Amino acid sequence: MSTQAPVAPAPAEGTGAATIAEATTFEPVIIGFTCNWCSYRAADLAGTARTKYPPNVRLIRLMCSGRLDPTFVLKAFSEGADAVLVSGCHPGECHYIEQNYKALRRFQLLSRTIQALGIEPGRLQLVWASAAEGVRLAGEIARVTEEVRELGPLNWPAGEIVDIDNVTLEAAWEATGGDAGGPPETPGGANPQHAAESAEAAR
Amino acid sequence: MNGHVPAEGEIRIGVYICHCGSNIAGVVDVAEVASWAAENLKDQGVVIARDYKFMCSSPGQDLVTDDIRDLGLNRIVVAACSPHLHENTFRTATARAGLNPYLCELVSIREQDSWVHTDKAAATAKAKAILAGGVERVRRNEPLDPITVNINPATLVVGGGIAGIQATLEIADAGFHVYLVEKDASIGGHMAQFDKTFPTLDCAACILTPRMVSAGTHPNVTLMTWSEVTHVDGYVGNFTVTIRKKARYVDESVCNGCGVCQEKCPKKVIDEVYEAGLGYRKAIYTPFDQAVPRTPVIDRENCTYFEKGTCKACEKFCESNAIRFDQKDEILTVEVGNIILATGYDIFDARQIAQYGYGRLPNVFTSLEFERLSNSAGPTNGHIVLRDGVTEPKTVGVIHCVGSRDRNFNNYCSAICCMQSLKFSHLVKEHTGATVYDFYIDMRTAAKGYDEFYQRVMEEGTLFVRGKPAEVTEAGRLPGEEGKLIVQVEDTLAGRQRRIPVDMVVLSVGLQPRADAKELAQRFGISCSSDGWAIEKHPKLDPVATMTEGVFIAGCVSGPKDIPTSVAQGAAAAARVLGRIQMKQMNLEPIKATVHPEHCSGCRICNTMCPYNAISFDDVKGVSFINAAMCQGCGTCVAACPAGAISGTGFSDEQVLAQIEGLLRVGADGLPLKRAAYPVAQHEGNGHRPEAPIEEAVRA
Repeated sequence: MSTQAPVAPAPAEGTGAATIAEATTFEPVIIGFTCNWCSYRAADLAGTARTKYPPNVRLIRLMCSGRLDPTFVLKAFSEGADAVLVSGCHPGECHYIEQNYKALRRFQLLSRTIQALGIEPGRLQLVWASAAEGVRLAGEIARVTEEVRELGPLNWPAGEIVDIDNVTLEAAWEATGGDAGGPPETPGGANPQHAAESAEAAR
Repeated sequence: MNGHVPAEGEIRIGVYICHCGSNIAGVVDVAEVASWAAENLKDQGVVIARDYKFMCSSPGQDLVTDDIRDLGLNRIVVAACSPHLHENTFRTATARAGLNPYLCELVSIREQDSWVHTDKAAATAKAKAILAGGVERVRRNEPLDPITVNINPATLVVGGGIAGIQATLEIADAGFHVYLVEKDASIGGHMAQFDKTFPTLDCAACILTPRMVSAGTHPNVTLMTWSEVTHVDGYVGNFTVTIRKKARYVDESVCNGCGVCQEKCPKKVIDEVYEAGLGYRKAIYTPFDQAVPRTPVIDRENCTYFEKGTCKACEKFCESNAIRFDQKDEILTVEVGNIILATGYDIFDARQIAQYGYGRLPNVFTSLEFERLSNSAGPTNGHIVLRDGVTEPKTVGVIHCVGSRDRNFNNYCSAICCMQSLKFSHLVKEHTGATVYDFYIDMRTAAKGYDEFYQRVMEEGTLFVRGKPAEVTEAGRLPGEEGKLIVQVEDTLAGRQRRIPVDMVVLSVGLQPRADAKELAQRFGISCSSDGWAIEKHPKLDPVATMTEGVFIAGCVSGPKDIPTSVAQGAAAAARVLGRIQMKQMNLEPIKATVHPEHCSGCRICNTMCPYNAISFDDVKGVSFINAAMCQGCGTCVAACPAGAISGTGFSDEQVLAQIEGLLRVGADGLPLKRAAYPVAQHEGNGHRPEAPIEEAVRA
């Protein structure tokens, strides 16, 4: 994936949080992960029934909500999505017997993880929708869109720029202004530390 | 450019945006999307971007195939309708031009964009994003070969009503074996309970019973009544079905169906099923005289022997010694290639509408009770009488839409009740000469011969009142109302309230899904609506198929239907199955997970993820491996593997991550999406973003 040329051209002027906040009405961009058997079909049904919903959500089809690798969600946030909607069959109605329960477990863990990264929990939402629930899915998309509009753009807390890819953890820590001895026991307020810690804790 | 041969590793993508008449082009600026793609997705390998009125038409498909040949395209993205509708169309076209069909992607800008949004600018921006997602994804697509499976020529039909019988006979007559499983003691279904069938007034038994006999005696049919499917394993072409054959306490191979046991049995039981509670049967019984098979069953709960340990009258009088009090339920497994579900419907329980008084007012009947009353083989020998069993009614009220078209109960129209009610009006007139009031909301008689029947009933003098009755009561307060049932109704044509005294009320109750419809859907891996009706693969173009390959539906399992439609669906489902059988083999989507042993650490996390037990652990090599035949392709193990050692074809990490990048290429305004600054941003001049650490953080 990283063999690609950089995807999005840089905006003409300025980068970062300051410019985003200038927009008059904020239109969030939301990535939705849908299951091939239920929620993607619900989206099809909403279309067939011409049920209107805000154009802010962009759907990706997976075979099952159980296919949702947490990486996908983080990738979406890092690529500029303001929120992620995960959708699968209702509990007990999974096309693959029980895989939506596994999606639910991952969702709950991931929901806590993103908070540690400074992302509000409202930006990652789970909605069950059966193949018959086009109207319901459209309603949920509208609700999530409104909630995210309230939250505003995904605005990562500003901090020093660190290239974690090419440095050791210790060096990363130093670069963020920490002691050479390693991260402190309790997390500090500065967010670069926050991220570095998360990475370390997870390893 | 003619005959361009792409350089080794060069990706050449063709992009096609469909207008779908005005379905897409009316909301999305398709020309703008095409020129945007040609300009902005060049670096991704897009060499041509076209828009066309109907991509799925023959000239539309030719655009794709010609470009593949002339421009040396090796990836195709079509932005049109849902992949569930036309993915196969474009993959087939791609294959026709000599390119692997899995190098073609269909992205939906109709169902997910033009049909659900009204803001043209926003919809156009979204179409660009969706297209960019498809382009990024298709770059990572790999040529795949479909998985070929053999089709077992045997078929399972579940449900022995008219739809199931029709399907069974079509397949059996074509020379292939059918297992017909029916939960009741006889096949025949609801139709066996009816007297006449609208609009021709054929006797139901006269047209049904010969078919029941054909199904029961056909050399290619294994009939399993008093049986239920408990479990289904496998996939199209290769299902293993577990069937519980409930104990009949009668040996089918010995019983000659003489019926002496039923005569001699001392225990009378109210028949709640076949006679709708109006008649009796014995504790050993066949549901009705023309039952197929003729072998009776013993109702264990009511049998004196099972209750008290003595009696055995049936055993004493059985000349063939067929009674087996020690018989046990049998568990059988059969191997079939395809399954047809024709499990039918339940009728709406009229007790739920308290104001109509069913169950409280004796002379309020349901439609099924009326069918039995008017049936010459029924409990009253076809005499239409009140609950006392002797008095003929002088006035009868028939109420439509009981439990249907009612937001308190079922929102849908039950499709058959108007015609059924008209039939009742006719039969009452014919049998008793009584005055008939027919209370309807709208008269729906839209099929061959139906409206003519309505006119005939009008001419016979049935009094039609347009209005939904508010109440049926026995509280008479005006002269002429004593001892009568009073139907309180707003006559919406006369524009006034009316109280109409009648002797008998017939409630034309609606149809609803079987009580166990959701469990059935789960067992066979199909979807059903929130009501419980099975969902078709496509409501218009594929009404008897489901989203699950090899599982078909026929008759009322997918919604209320009359007899002609149920029969047509039974035959249609059989035709679909026969097509499969004739093909002998079938191609399946090659969506499977594979473990790369060189990356597998042997942690076994994936082993517990698979509900199909497709993942095992190789003790010698210390790695997990996946049995491709058992893998259903959900991808849960792919997402779970902490080492990224499992790859999923069709939905690989690379494809999905790339699609995310593509989808987020443009913002809601159509301009390049501004990415928020995040704390672990890269150094200036460093070309790549540090996604890996965060990803690994969560994977671990």
